[in-house]
Amino acid sequence: MAMDINDLRSLLTVAGLVCFLAIVWWAYGKSSKKGFEEAANLPFAEGDDDGAASRTSHPR
Amino acid sequence: MSGTQTTYNDKVVRQFAVMTVIWGIVGMLVGVIIAAQLVWPELNYGPWLAYGRLRPLHTNAVIFAFGGCALFATSYWCVQRTSHARLWGGPLIPFTFWGWQLVILLAALSLPLGFTTGKEYAELEWPIDILITLVWVSYGLVFFGTIAKRTVSHIYVANWFFGSMIIAVALLHLVNSAAVPVSLTRSFSVYSGVQDAMIQWWYGHNAVGFFLTAGFLGMMYYFVPKQAGRPVYSYRLSVVHFWALIFTYMWAGPHHLHYTALPDWTQSVGMLFSLILLAPSWGGMINGIMTLSGAWHKLRDDPILKFLITSLSFYGMSTFEGPMMSIKTVNALSHYTDWTVGHVHSGALGWVAMVSIGSMYYLLPRLFGKTEMYSTALVTVHFWIATIGTVLYIASMWIAGVMQGLMWRAVNADGTLAYSFVESVKGSYPFWAIRWLGGVLFLSGMLIMAYNMFKTMAGGNTKDAPVIAPAAHHA
Repeated sequence: MAMDINDLRSLLTVAGLVCFLAIVWWAYGKSSKKGFEEAANLPFAEGDDDGAASRTSHPR
Repeated sequence: MSGTQTTYNDKVVRQFAVMTVIWGIVGMLVGVIIAAQLVWPELNYGPWLAYGRLRPLHTNAVIFAFGGCALFATSYWCVQRTSHARLWGGPLIPFTFWGWQLVILLAALSLPLGFTTGKEYAELEWPIDILITLVWVSYGLVFFGTIAKRTVSHIYVANWFFGSMIIAVALLHLVNSAAVPVSLTRSFSVYSGVQDAMIQWWYGHNAVGFFLTAGFLGMMYYFVPKQAGRPVYSYRLSVVHFWALIFTYMWAGPHHLHYTALPDWTQSVGMLFSLILLAPSWGGMINGIMTLSGAWHKLRDDPILKFLITSLSFYGMSTFEGPMMSIKTVNALSHYTDWTVGHVHSGALGWVAMVSIGSMYYLLPRLFGKTEMYSTALVTVHFWIATIGTVLYIASMWIAGVMQGLMWRAVNADGTLAYSFVESVKGSYPFWAIRWLGGVLFLSGMLIMAYNMFKTMAGGNTKDAPVIAPAAHHA
């Protein structure tokens, strides 16, 4: 059976799903935790900080 | 790059922030006028101020003038603050402001004069479309140029949302506006038939998904943590939220074309992806609201937080309602009725306008060297008037919409229609009057905001704030 364009389209859709699941895996993995914590605090480095006192991070 | 004397470019933020309020008033005023025209048809004056010409003026003004200015203002503020860099782009920066105002002015003139491509939310004729493209590409260069020269390693999640909005809107605008011009004021779409319809609603729904959702989520991810004084509830969830929206939104457009000539399977795909969208939408809403976790008391006396958190509640409501309405059997009742109009305004007034208003109340004092708005009490008044107005608007449209849908489908025992169309119009009158009242309330809130804004601006200082070196923040 020859491949036609619809097989490619199906493959691309599945690849999209796999890619998304990989992103979820990465986002909830241990290795990204520290970087995310730094990133989450980026809005609080301005000096005009109203919320400087409570700059704690959430448990999750 | 960020020497001690470098400052943030707040001038352009100031310009866009003020125009957000001004265009909000203009766009909502036109909305109130067309709502009144439905109740009192005598208000249709001549061809220029007739409902059919004012309605696209209303949608363009509130989406692209009010919403657009709010997006420019907040994204320029956020990208500088979270990148610790001054805006990149030199003359491109003022060009995005003046170019965008020119687009708005041309829309305000050409739409009442009757120049239109007939594509919903993309009515503007081709010369204006080209100007939009130039402004938008400049916007992208300024935004991503600033990201490129950031002095921190991370790109904050709000900037991912703003950036995706800029890229997606460019793509949508270019594809959907492709047309063959026959004169300066007239052109024909290069697409035809059902393909044209599909491309139009691929554009239309993603204008909702990227312009009106991703961009305003960028606002949410910056201003909710700032106003609450704590980082976003879950950064991981925000990452998943972002990619889930990116992967699913592009497919949802066909739900605008249920029971049309569009192939059945395409309709079903559109419905399925619309249902899937509930998950990331609610993930994002929960992430925003839970940012207040442990600080709920702040909601009691901070009207800016009230605006921001209420906007998220409306975001949750309308992103539940949307997937439900995309189910084909529900759509068979709701399509072409005022239920759709109610749904759109639950998102537009409740979510988009309220998150913008909250963000503007955060920005305005800071842009004019003040610590808070001229009157916090008036912000609270604005909040309650806007909330009551929104609830009146959407509740009346729900009732009118479901009534219309039921009347249109009702049949007698012999199979003939139980009601003529005009009977459903007659039945809608009281609800259209309530909707008009809701709109008047929402507009009144914006007028209060404008008064508060000009009072805050008076005697303000417009000195640009220095760029803070990133080393200061790794706490």
